[in-house]
Amino acid sequence: MSRIEAVNDFVVKFANVNGSGSASANELFAKAILRMGVPVSPRNIFPSNIQGLPTWYEVRVSEAGWLGRRGGVDMMVAMNPQTWDQDVKEISPGGYLFYDSTKPLPPEAFRKDVEVIAMPVTAICNATYEDSRQRQLFKNIMVLGALSQLMDMDPAVIERLFAEQYRGKEKLLDSNVRALHAGREFARDHLTQGLGLKVRRADKVGNRIFLDGNSAAALGCVYGGATVCAWYPITPSSSVAEAFDKYCSKYRVDPATGQHRYAIVQAEDEIASIGMITGAGWNGARAFTATSGPGVSLMTEFLGLAYFAEIPLTIIDVQRGGPSTGMPTRTQQADLISSAYASHGDTKHVLLLPQDPRECFEHAAAALDLADRLQTPVFVMTDLDIGMNQRLCEPLAWDESRTYDRGKVMTAEELEAGKDFGRYKDVDGDGIPWRTLPGTHPTRGAYFTRGTTRDEYARYSEAGPDYLRNVERLLRKFATAATLVPQPVLKPAAQKTRLGVIYFGSTAPAMDEALEALDAADIHLDGLRLRAFPFPQSVRDFIAAHDQVFVVEQNRDAQMRTLLINELEVAPARLTKVLHFDGTPITARFITQAITRHVHALATTPR
Amino acid sequence: MTYLAKPKLHHPSLAKNRVGYTRRDYEGKVSTLCAGCGHDSVSSAIVQACWQLDIEPHRVAKLSGIGCSSKTPDYFLGASHGFNTVHGRMPSVLTGANLANRGLLYLGISGDGDSASIGLGQFAHAMRRGVRMVYIVENNGVYGLTKGQFSATADRGSVAKKGAVNHDAAIDLVSLALQLGATYVARGFSGDKAQLVPLIEGAIRHGGAAFIDVISPCVAFNNHAGSTRSYDYVREHNEAVSRIDFIDLAPEQTVGADEDLVCVPQHDGSTMRLRRVKPDYDATDRIAAMNQVQALHAAGEIATGLLYVDPEARDLHLGLNTVAWPLNTLGEAELCPGGEVLEKINAGLR
Ligand SMILES: Cc1ncc(C[n+]2csc(CCOP(=O)(O)OP(=O)(O)O)c2C)c(N)n1
Ligand code: SF4
Repeated sequence: MSRIEAVNDFVVKFANVNGSGSASANELFAKAILRMGVPVSPRNIFPSNIQGLPTWYEVRVSEAGWLGRRGGVDMMVAMNPQTWDQDVKEISPGGYLFYDSTKPLPPEAFRKDVEVIAMPVTAICNATYEDSRQRQLFKNIMVLGALSQLMDMDPAVIERLFAEQYRGKEKLLDSNVRALHAGREFARDHLTQGLGLKVRRADKVGNRIFLDGNSAAALGCVYGGATVCAWYPITPSSSVAEAFDKYCSKYRVDPATGQHRYAIVQAEDEIASIGMITGAGWNGARAFTATSGPGVSLMTEFLGLAYFAEIPLTIIDVQRGGPSTGMPTRTQQADLISSAYASHGDTKHVLLLPQDPRECFEHAAAALDLADRLQTPVFVMTDLDIGMNQRLCEPLAWDESRTYDRGKVMTAEELEAGKDFGRYKDVDGDGIPWRTLPGTHPTRGAYFTRGTTRDEYARYSEAGPDYLRNVERLLRKFATAATLVPQPVLKPAAQKTRLGVIYFGSTAPAMDEALEALDAADIHLDGLRLRAFPFPQSVRDFIAAHDQVFVVEQNRDAQMRTLLINELEVAPARLTKVLHFDGTPITARFITQAITRHVHALATTPR
Repeated sequence: MTYLAKPKLHHPSLAKNRVGYTRRDYEGKVSTLCAGCGHDSVSSAIVQACWQLDIEPHRVAKLSGIGCSSKTPDYFLGASHGFNTVHGRMPSVLTGANLANRGLLYLGISGDGDSASIGLGQFAHAMRRGVRMVYIVENNGVYGLTKGQFSATADRGSVAKKGAVNHDAAIDLVSLALQLGATYVARGFSGDKAQLVPLIEGAIRHGGAAFIDVISPCVAFNNHAGSTRSYDYVREHNEAVSRIDFIDLAPEQTVGADEDLVCVPQHDGSTMRLRRVKPDYDATDRIAAMNQVQALHAAGEIATGLLYVDPEARDLHLGLNTVAWPLNTLGEAELCPGGEVLEKINAGLR
């Protein structure tokens, strides 16, 4: 078996024990490669537990710039005895196994088709450091040092990263640099068989930034003018509210008084958090919450109220594996139907579908505008994969001339001028009524908001025609929404084809790579990346223009396909499911193989 | 019941307050509650208090949950924005509304089912957060709107109209509010407007979370033998706001010789005794208030009046250190850090 030899194109996976302090060393590894100009995309695979359980960090290095998961592992850095068997099994034939040989393992613990790189990390650390915490922490840095040596990485790059991290803490800086070099020297002197995986300086990162989706979404809320955030902690969404807090405390403090131009409340549960943003939205503030599936479940009654009473609010749903607490720390795109139709009765909500941190930023800001414009709840459907992992993306951008779309809010002057105000009247034909904010005018504009049917002037009514007028107008409004949401992105195949593929969200980077691989195998597909629900007309047209359309998504029940069939009344046979739902981010290999199989079946099966 | 325009008849007084409004300007739509429902008297007391305090009606936001009691905001302050939210969750909506615009007066109206059963958690958290508001529970011990089930404030041993006996201990919202840190805690009786109106006025003036538990009878479902919340309501009916079709359902209320004790005869022959706290009662001592409530309870009486007030109440905004002007008035210039800052953020992420 020949060993894998690759430059700037491989997958390394670190197997660690949660709480062992490996996270920052792992991140340094990824960042150092980035600084050498080579794109990386790391993914945390972590347990729903604080300490002791296995955790992995998978780094894909790809000079070609592929940021999705590729599939397969070229090198396993196996630092967790608990998961040894599983980790060894996962290595691709011809790959590498790096392990701590302080207690050497017998030959039967290894595979013949995998090259073993043994370093007595614990022994070295125990000999070098007194303190047990230091022994633990510097173990990770020594491994980093050894790997950097084996992969020909420039130590100066890592030293600079240390310097940025430990600015003002010279002692920590020195000891980290020493540990790094100790690791490098050991590798140079003892690991002489070397490694077939190398990092070479390149120029493929460009101007891009490295950011996680949750921080980006939080920044989108800051830029988009959210002033009220109410939330309840839940993985993987908590860091949205935490980042919002961090950015606001930096950028939203009144310089004269030190007072805050924002309010963040950690509510007692998700019902309260959506209740708070419902109250804030009703009262004219831009308000959002961040949550995940179980939180959306709790919020459904309020979502029905906000939909029917027409109150703007924004929900950032960082999806994870369901149902129930399913896989709380794994990723899925499985809240689509429960969010799109959240609540009882005939209800429909707007969903935005960002593909990366940059779009998390843009969609969060857009959601605040759309919620105000449409006077309705708007979801930003991210997931753990984008939300909690740092991803290389285009720099965030803000058009300085952009103004907030506050929607149809009637002012005191307009009321004073005698403008007719009927809270639920469709004056403009777009299904969107005008509203007034509490406290606007002494005698005009006040109305009573409720979840019960009312007439056009917001007066309580149980009359059938009033109900029909309301719910049919809400459908008109939803049709208007389809023209305002971010439009889908078409990715035409290199040559004319009758096959299409629809995908969205965090699937996009793996899809980009799969499309190229399929193209190389002479399977040509036009791609359509959805960016929102309701579906714009172009989605209908795309499906109509192809004989067969694959719908790639990360859930068991083909939820997006169901939405397409349901909303566009497409014949189900036209849409082929490609589903990945084990909680790991979908890989390019998986998509390529699944579509290839289907295409071959289509070619051989008479239809 | 569909919307009914309020008849312009029977207007008692056109005297104007200092902000130029008549008492009539503080009224709402015609009530659709049962004639004689205690909740209508609470509405009337709110009207009275707001008029007397020269509150501009449109500067009030009135919010409620779901229930007969929660319908009442439609029946007072017609010139205010109202929000009838979902069952038990008014406190969170009010909290958010208050965060958006700290410049309005927030009235939260709820029922005992709404606040002590489904909404107990939200009630508790609004109290401990110190949201500036007047939170009134119209407490009748039953679910009125769903026709007579026990609420969590019903006394153990009381009997429902259809004969079911309540086995569970009652939740006393006043004791809870005291324990949770509310800074204004009072109990009134819908049949005692002389006491209730000043309690509401005090709550409006208060700078933090003000809670008033108002014993408010349900004539339809809790005015029968065996109930511990049934009582005569005749006199109150005459004063109730928006009454359109008065039906005399109950015998006369009797008041005992003791001026501070309102004795309300029950149909099973027992008596509910509402004890006004004494004039020399120190309402600034939280522990004394808790003791007083419990001591009277042990004696089979229910303490009424202003039970506790902290004159230095903190408001949620103080803790959050929010700017003095309403958040909903801030624009791009105050909210958006701008492109240059974003460039710096980008630079820090490379
Ligand atoms: C989630 C939910 N559950 C149940 C109901 C039905 N419901 C409406 S009002 C009510 C009880 C109201 O009781 P209370 O708050 O005591 O008010 P009252 O009618 O006695 O004034 C219930 C259970 C509802 N509207 N929503
Ligand atoms: S059912 Fe009871 S609480 Fe409801 S309106 Fe009638 S009397 Fe009042």
